[in-house]
Amino acid sequence: MSKEKIIELKNITKTYEDGFTAVSDFNLYVNKGEFITFLGPSGCGKTTTLRMIAGFEMPTEGEILLNGKNIASLPPYERPINTVFQRYALFPHMNIYENIAFGLRQKKMPEDVIRKKVKKVLELVDLEGFEKRRVSTLSGGQQQRIAIARAVVNEPEILLLDEPLGALDLKMRKEMQLELKEMHDRLGITFIYVTHDQEEALTMSDTIVVMSEGKIQQIGTPEDIYNEPKNAFVADFIGESNIFNGIMTGKLKARFCGGEFDCVDDIEEGTHITAVVRPEDVILTKPGEGTIHGKVVSVIFKGIHYEITVESGKSEMVIQSVNSAKVGDFVGMRVDPDNIHIMIAEDHTNYFMLDINQNYRPEFNGKVLDTSLTKIIKGSRRLDDGTLVDQSGDAIDPRRTRIQVSIQPQDITMTDHVEDGLIEGYISNLIYKGDHYSYVIHTDLEQDFIVDDEYLWNMDDHVGLIMPVEKMTFRLKK
Amino acid sequence: MHTLKFSRKSLGIPYAVYLLLFVAAPLVVLLYYALTNGQGQFTLSNLTGFFTDPNTMGTLCYSFAIALVTTVVCLLIAYPTAYILAMSRLKQKSVLILLFIMPMWINFSLRITALKEILTLIEGNLAYYPFFNAVVGMTYDFLPFMILPLYNTLSRLDGSLIEAAKDLGANDRNAFLNVTLPLSVPGIVSGVSMVFLPAMTNYVVLDMLYNSTYIMGSLIGSYFSAYNWHGGSMIALILLAIICIFTLLTRGMEDDSAETRVGGALL
Repeated sequence: MSKEKIIELKNITKTYEDGFTAVSDFNLYVNKGEFITFLGPSGCGKTTTLRMIAGFEMPTEGEILLNGKNIASLPPYERPINTVFQRYALFPHMNIYENIAFGLRQKKMPEDVIRKKVKKVLELVDLEGFEKRRVSTLSGGQQQRIAIARAVVNEPEILLLDEPLGALDLKMRKEMQLELKEMHDRLGITFIYVTHDQEEALTMSDTIVVMSEGKIQQIGTPEDIYNEPKNAFVADFIGESNIFNGIMTGKLKARFCGGEFDCVDDIEEGTHITAVVRPEDVILTKPGEGTIHGKVVSVIFKGIHYEITVESGKSEMVIQSVNSAKVGDFVGMRVDPDNIHIMIAEDHTNYFMLDINQNYRPEFNGKVLDTSLTKIIKGSRRLDDGTLVDQSGDAIDPRRTRIQVSIQPQDITMTDHVEDGLIEGYISNLIYKGDHYSYVIHTDLEQDFIVDDEYLWNMDDHVGLIMPVEKMTFRLKK
Repeated sequence: MHTLKFSRKSLGIPYAVYLLLFVAAPLVVLLYYALTNGQGQFTLSNLTGFFTDPNTMGTLCYSFAIALVTTVVCLLIAYPTAYILAMSRLKQKSVLILLFIMPMWINFSLRITALKEILTLIEGNLAYYPFFNAVVGMTYDFLPFMILPLYNTLSRLDGSLIEAAKDLGANDRNAFLNVTLPLSVPGIVSGVSMVFLPAMTNYVVLDMLYNSTYIMGSLIGSYFSAYNWHGGSMIALILLAIICIFTLLTRGMEDDSAETRVGGALL
C-alpha cells in the first residue's frame, strides 16, 4: 500500500445554525487505498464528517484537502467521490441499468461504453443479468450491491460508505463485510466507512477512527484500538471491559478494584489512573491465591464461554471463562501484568463561571448561591455604602469581575427534582467504573458536567445537579 | 372465525346499499335517458347528435381549451409553490400551507364574487376577455387542489435520492429533471385530475363572473332547463367516458408509485 495522502481534513469544525457543534477541530489524513472506518455511537459526528467529505455539508471551519487541493466549498457533483447511502437511495423510477448508468450519463459517456461498464460492474457485485429489473423487486442485500455498483462504476478516488450494512440481517451482514473487504482489495479505491458496530470496524478496517461527541478519541489499527485503548471511552466502546479508577502505588504497581496489581506501565507513584481489564484476561483462582477475591453474583452461559460476574468489595468484575462457577462461591482473581491496561486518569474537575448580580450576590444560571462575595474573595469587605472592596481597599466592579468555580465529580449529586438543582440537564453519556458510574450531563448552557454516582441512572434522564457550596473552590477572574 | 366473517360481510351492507342507490341506480337512469328519445324508444340519435352538432362540438373544444390552460397555469403556479413549501426547513411551514388552503374554507360564491369585483375594476367590462376571465376564475378556485397533492408527494420524497443524484455528478438542474420531477409525477397526475375535469364542467364560476361563454357544464344545464333530459344525459355520459379514459390512462403511473412505496416499506 502506498503511503501517499489522498485526503486530509484540517481543523474541521461543523456548527449548525441552532448552535449544535457536531464535529469540532477534526484532524485526519487518509492514505491512498486505505480502508478507514469512523466508529462511534450515534450522534458522535461520524456521519456529519462523512457528509462534509461528500459535499452535502459545508464545514464551518477548516479545510478538506483532496490530493492537496482544498475542496471544502465544492458542490458534491464536482468531487471525484461517491457515496453508498445508508438506505441505498436507489432511484425507484429507474431500472437497475439506468440506476448504475446515472453517473456515467452525467459525464456524457457514449452509450456503448456505458453498456460495457454497467455489465462489468454487475459482474463485480455478482448480479449479472439484472439490468432490466426494477429496484422494488430486489432484496435488501441485492439493493445494497446495486448501490455499491452504482457508486464504483464511476471509478471514484474515494468511496464513502454510510453504515451500508445497517439494514441487513446478521447473516447477510457478515457475508457483505467479507465481500466489501474483498472488493476493496480488488478495486484499490480508498474506502471511508462509517459504522457504530465495533465488530464490523475491527473486522474490515486498516485504520479505525474512534469518535465521541464530535471529537477523535483515538486513531489506530484495529489491534491498537482493542489492545491499547487511549481512554476510558475507547475501552468501554470497543469490546467488553472492566474499567476501574485507581492510583499508582509504586513502581509498576497499581491499586484498583480492592487489590494491588503488578502492571507494565511505568507511571509515577500517586498518579490517579484508569485501569482497563478485558473480561477474557481475568483468571479465576482458588480463594486466597489471587490478587483479589470476591463472591460470584451471576453466571451466564454464552456458548463458548461463561460470563461470570464477581463482586469484590464495592467493585464488580466481569469475567469470561471456559470454566463455570457457582453463584455464591468465593473465588480469587488474578490478571497478568501484560493484560492490565493503565491510562492516566483524565482530570474530571468541573469548571464554571459565576456572575455577580446588582446586590453583590454570586449567581449561576440565574440562581443565587447560598454564600457571599466576602466569603469567596479573600480579605474583601463591604463598605457602609454597599460597595465591595478588596484587601487593599480598591473597589471591585461586579460587571468586570467573574468567579470561576471548580467542583469534583463525586461532590455533585443528581436529583429527579430538577428544580432543586443549581442547573438541570440530560445524561448524555455513562461509563461504569467498577464501583460507580461516571456520567456526562449535557446542560442548556453549552457546558457538560461530569458527575460520579454509585447508582445507575439512564441515558437521557432529565436531572438537576445539586452542588453544595462548601465543596466548591473559587477563583477570582477579572 | 365464522362469526367474524359474518360480521365483516354485514358491515359491507350499508356501503352496498349506498352504492346501489346513489351510484348504480342514477347511472342506470342516466343510461336510459341517454339512449332513448322522447317516446321512450331506443335511439343513438343523442350520441350522433352530439358529434354532428357544430355547437356542441365547439363547446367541447372550448371547455377543453379552458380546462387545459387552467391546468397548465395551476401547475405552473402550484409546482414551485409546493416545491418551496416541501423543501424549506421553515418552522412556520404549517402556517404557510394553511394560507394556501384557507381560501377553500371561505364560501365559494363569496370568493368568486370578490374576484368578479376585482376583475371588473381592472378590465372595466368583463365581457372583453371571457376566455381569460374564465381561466382566472377556474385557476383561483382550483389552485389549492393542485398544490396539496403536489406538496404531499414532494414532502414525502426521500431527500437522499436527490443527494445521491448530486453525488453521482448531477448538478442541481439535472438532479431536478432526472429525479425530483419524475418522482413527483404521481402528485402531478392527481393534481391534474383534480383540476382538469372540474374545469371543464364548473360553469357556476362562469355564471358568477357574468361570463356568457359556454362550457360543458353550462351545456348540460341548458339541456336540462329546456327539459331535454335525453340530450343532457348523453352529454353527461360522454363526460363520464372521458373521465374513465383519463383515469385508465393515468392509472399505470399511480400503480407504479404504489409499487415503489411498498418496496420502500419492505426495505
